[in-house]
Amino acid sequence: MTTVFYIASAIALLSTVMVVTRYNAVHALLYLVVSFVAVALIFFVLGAPFIALLEVIIYAGAIMVLFLFVIMMLNLGEIAVQKEKEWLPKRMWGGPGILSGILFALIVYTIMQGGQQWTIVEMIGPVDIGSELFGPYLVAVQLAGLMLLAGLITATLLSKRVKFKDKTGKENK
Amino acid sequence: MSETLQHIVIVFGILFGLLTLAAGLIWIERRLLALWQNRYGPNRVGPFGIFIVLADMIKIFFKEDWIPPFADKKVFVIAPTIIMLTVLLSWAIVPVAPGVVVLDLHIGILFFLAISSIGIYSTVLAGWASNNKYSLLGGMRMSAQMFSYEVFMGLSLMGVVIMAGSFNLSDIVNAQENMWFVLPQFLGFVIFFIAGLAESHRLPFDMPEAESELIAGFHSEYSGMKFGMFFVGEYVGVTLISAMIVTLFFGGWHGPVLPPFVWFFLKMMFFICLFILLRAALPRPRYDQLLSYGWKILLPLALLNILVTGAIVLAIE
Repeated sequence: MTTVFYIASAIALLSTVMVVTRYNAVHALLYLVVSFVAVALIFFVLGAPFIALLEVIIYAGAIMVLFLFVIMMLNLGEIAVQKEKEWLPKRMWGGPGILSGILFALIVYTIMQGGQQWTIVEMIGPVDIGSELFGPYLVAVQLAGLMLLAGLITATLLSKRVKFKDKTGKENK
Repeated sequence: MSETLQHIVIVFGILFGLLTLAAGLIWIERRLLALWQNRYGPNRVGPFGIFIVLADMIKIFFKEDWIPPFADKKVFVIAPTIIMLTVLLSWAIVPVAPGVVVLDLHIGILFFLAISSIGIYSTVLAGWASNNKYSLLGGMRMSAQMFSYEVFMGLSLMGVVIMAGSFNLSDIVNAQENMWFVLPQFLGFVIFFIAGLAESHRLPFDMPEAESELIAGFHSEYSGMKFGMFFVGEYVGVTLISAMIVTLFFGGWHGPVLPPFVWFFLKMMFFICLFILLRAALPRPRYDQLLSYGWKILLPLALLNILVTGAIVLAIE
């Protein structure tokens, strides 16, 4: 299982780097999907199959398809790829590269210090998650629900055709 | 050793049976459509024209496998493999008979939903990679279609999960020994059936393909075996949805006298024929109609179904 964990982590890291470095938006998105599936596999190995599958259903499935839909609507072609290349010259990589390198070194250091303690293999099933969500974390669930409702109302309002009067007093749609 | 051997036999048995069935469906669909449209259909090659399947296969294997120069080559090649991979993976969790299942996963239904949401990429990417405006329109319609059915598809199954108390498909089949779930969960069944039609993008929900307006939509640039994979993938998808309906709502392999496998097969064939009948009978809606129908009618109904089912199960306990 440890081998699976390391392979999945390597794939997740590699594909995430590919997401950042691709010029073509759709290719970047495909690598992001691979990255999500790899992260789902990590959850699976750590004993949380429910979260693993939700990761695939919601992130890799629904949200990424939404992104893809928007990119296809914009219909970016060769010109967009050229623009991306212009916006992202080689010297731009320096600062973020060093910062992420330090973070990565920190993570490796922490893991080396902690040893094997973090690989807790205890199965967390749907029932455990449900009783936690609707028990101690009920307020958080309610708040998230309220936020989604606000988003829903805003979207409905924005997409609604509003009648307004122009200067001559004539009604327009 | 013998257990491993048994498992290998099950894996290859299901794979072989499935691909044979998918190929056979080409003939079944054409004959049944012809029957309902008052004509003969393929009836020349072999008894009842059944060897038309072989003729079709030979034709498709020897066609030129052409990648258009203006296409995004890598994505163009990957797209048809995704649909085959995902539908075959989903079949791994379907229990065909007691103990005959490739992967007895304790969160089987979620696995099915996860894999089916990955399967959408096949159509969407094929449409995008073809770099052709009709294909792009087809791919976009598929992603819009996916937003409309994906949410209520998952929710429509939760009533079954509540009643069986498990996500495991074998447990769900066992829970239906005395009563099929289609009786208490009729609403869930209807909603899942509509979602399944949209998922396998068959008529009436074949907007991404839309022969008459988009000239085959997402796969108009595909030829040879790459087109064949979309074709077979669609048929395996139809068998998958039928098998899921049978497992979740119609008691799976349960039935008197006949052996369990035969019962499963008969029930599955009934739903496959229903899929074909719907293709012959119903016209195609617009995709914005499907979107508003899904979000304004089917989603609230699915939520209501969960609420009522949960309340009743709680009250009985």
